[in-house]
Amino acid sequence: MFDSEKVKKVTEAKEQWKAGTLGKVLAKAPERKAHFATDSGIELETVYTPDNLGEFNYEEKLGLPGQYPYTRGPQPNMYRGRFWTMRMYAGFGTAEQTNERFRYLMQQGQTGLSCAFDLPTQIGYDSDHPLSQGEVGKVGVAIDTLADMEVLFDQIPLGKVSTSMTINAPAAVLLAMYIVVAEKQGVPVDQIAGTIQNDILKEYIARGTYIYPPEPSMRLITNIFEYCSQHVPKWNTISISGYHIREAGSTAAQEIAFTLADGIAYVQAAIDAGLDVDVFASRLSFFFNAHLNFFEEIAKFRAARRLWAKIMKERFGAKKEKSMMLRFHTQTAGCTLTAQQPDVNIVRVAYQALMAALGGTQSLHTNSRDEALALPNEHSVLIALRTQQVIAHEIGAADVVDPLGGSYYVESLTDQLEAKAQEYLDKIDALGGALKAIEFMQREIQTSAYQYQQGVESGDNVVIGVNKFKIQEEPPKGLLKVDPALGIAQCEKLKKVKEGRDNAAVQAALEHIRQVARTDENLMPAIIDAVRLYASLGEICGVLREEFGEYKQNIVF
Amino acid sequence: MEKKPIRVVVAKPGLDGHDRGAKVIAQALRDAGMEVIYTGLRQTPEQIAEVALQEDAQVVCLSSLSGAHSHLFPSTAQALKAAGLDDVLLIGGGVIPDDDITPLKEAGIAEVFTPGTSTKDVIKYIEDRIYGGQER
Repeated sequence: MFDSEKVKKVTEAKEQWKAGTLGKVLAKAPERKAHFATDSGIELETVYTPDNLGEFNYEEKLGLPGQYPYTRGPQPNMYRGRFWTMRMYAGFGTAEQTNERFRYLMQQGQTGLSCAFDLPTQIGYDSDHPLSQGEVGKVGVAIDTLADMEVLFDQIPLGKVSTSMTINAPAAVLLAMYIVVAEKQGVPVDQIAGTIQNDILKEYIARGTYIYPPEPSMRLITNIFEYCSQHVPKWNTISISGYHIREAGSTAAQEIAFTLADGIAYVQAAIDAGLDVDVFASRLSFFFNAHLNFFEEIAKFRAARRLWAKIMKERFGAKKEKSMMLRFHTQTAGCTLTAQQPDVNIVRVAYQALMAALGGTQSLHTNSRDEALALPNEHSVLIALRTQQVIAHEIGAADVVDPLGGSYYVESLTDQLEAKAQEYLDKIDALGGALKAIEFMQREIQTSAYQYQQGVESGDNVVIGVNKFKIQEEPPKGLLKVDPALGIAQCEKLKKVKEGRDNAAVQAALEHIRQVARTDENLMPAIIDAVRLYASLGEICGVLREEFGEYKQNIVF
Repeated sequence: MEKKPIRVVVAKPGLDGHDRGAKVIAQALRDAGMEVIYTGLRQTPEQIAEVALQEDAQVVCLSSLSGAHSHLFPSTAQALKAAGLDDVLLIGGGVIPDDDITPLKEAGIAEVFTPGTSTKDVIKYIEDRIYGGQER
């Protein structure tokens, strides 16, 4: 990109500057720290100049927006056409309560839905299962049968709004329920749009809501890829998630590497199952974290796009442009929120949201100020949504594509993060791929998490309100509380549904799922049939548990 | 005189999958010279009591970020009692609102540590309770 003679002159000038102008200042006063480094341990220079980029080939490294390798963004004009989708992750208590929150958020200008399910739902247990006690409706909405799902999306036009569902091991069942609700609303299934998370590998690595062992889990995932490519073409069939890997303590470089390693495993599994890469790859989506280190996070998004494009083209031989484009959702980092001085979280989230916008996210969830204490109340959620709206509408940050592209610093970080992630990818390949490297990744994450905590305790990592600028404060008021009696009411509701349905037909449908599970046929049609008859999530997952067995975690500590 | 290492079980009760905090605490306690057993995810109160019994634990640390603490922590206290482990020091941590702390203490949870707690404070608390001769 630069004239090499002129770059040489910059290098010479920089050397002189270091010895002279800068040297004099350093001789008088030491800097705040002996070393400056990013979260991923990239050592930082005082200032970045053209010579930091070396032989920078613009075409190869950046290209133009909407063109390979998509470093600058997947669409040619990005937010000049349409802003990112403002999609607040929401769900608690009953389907009625969550439906009310959804509709409130839509009224306030949210442009897409994102549904949080409670832990029993995420692990395939009905609300009346003994292990569900105390968990019903707590971290998300409780869904047992299609009846709950009908209430959840009541008065929400599924032909017009896109919905993201954070559901993994039982993703096929929740997708089936969504399809049937759309049918009942009269919306053709090829018109519904949304995302299921459906990313089991990161559940084994970092998030914990797995059910089945890897092999049948991968089969369910490829069944969904295949089914949706034929019948639900606008659905994102997976959201390959670095978010939780980062929340578990990884660095930015590890977040890119482990996420893309999981992505490689899914693509390979689908190809091995006989699918054409260009048929399913355009519906793969990603999910990243917006953490604290402003420029490194922006570089992370850019590096991930470039690396994935190369992987799809060179490793998997994808031909279609859409197969190579990494599209992603972002959530601001929950682990950076503090219970102390919670209003300060509003500021953290605003910067994190800006990182996501400058990094070219396709959709965004902004956390609420009170989430280190409880699920957010309505007021907190509104501020979080307004934060996105300020970035989109008021400050001009969405008017130019990839505005930090070409910054010597950001390009240098992008290059270094890509290189660090590639090193990890090579290591994971040598271990036999993501499935074989689960414990390796867990150990790496845990080491990073512990180092970070030690940094907090030594004061090297400053957390405002926790280890610096502390104040005496009153416990916060107005936190959202989920009624503990809700579990009982939800069990009653399930009982009524079971009494009112055609139980012989349900048993036959469940038996059919069992039979299909024993073949290599696609499970989706059988699951949709059962869901339509109001078979419960726990019943369907129960049959598959019996057929597939359950995953046993190896404890890495 | 050399003190015998304190024996600790770190456990994740219920369905919650967030184990960053539990693992950081487990590692910090181990680095402080304690013998630490980490149970892994999805433990029932009865399973935790069983591990505490098998491992001859002096301390059980519970971690929950799913909001189910008001059910799971007292159930674990009862399970420990049922296993005859009344003298085990039971403590808990996680995303726990202030309003819930008093009822948890009344149910037999000796101390509750909320977000932002230094591992040093947890270590000091355990050492004071075990070496300070203040066991229940």
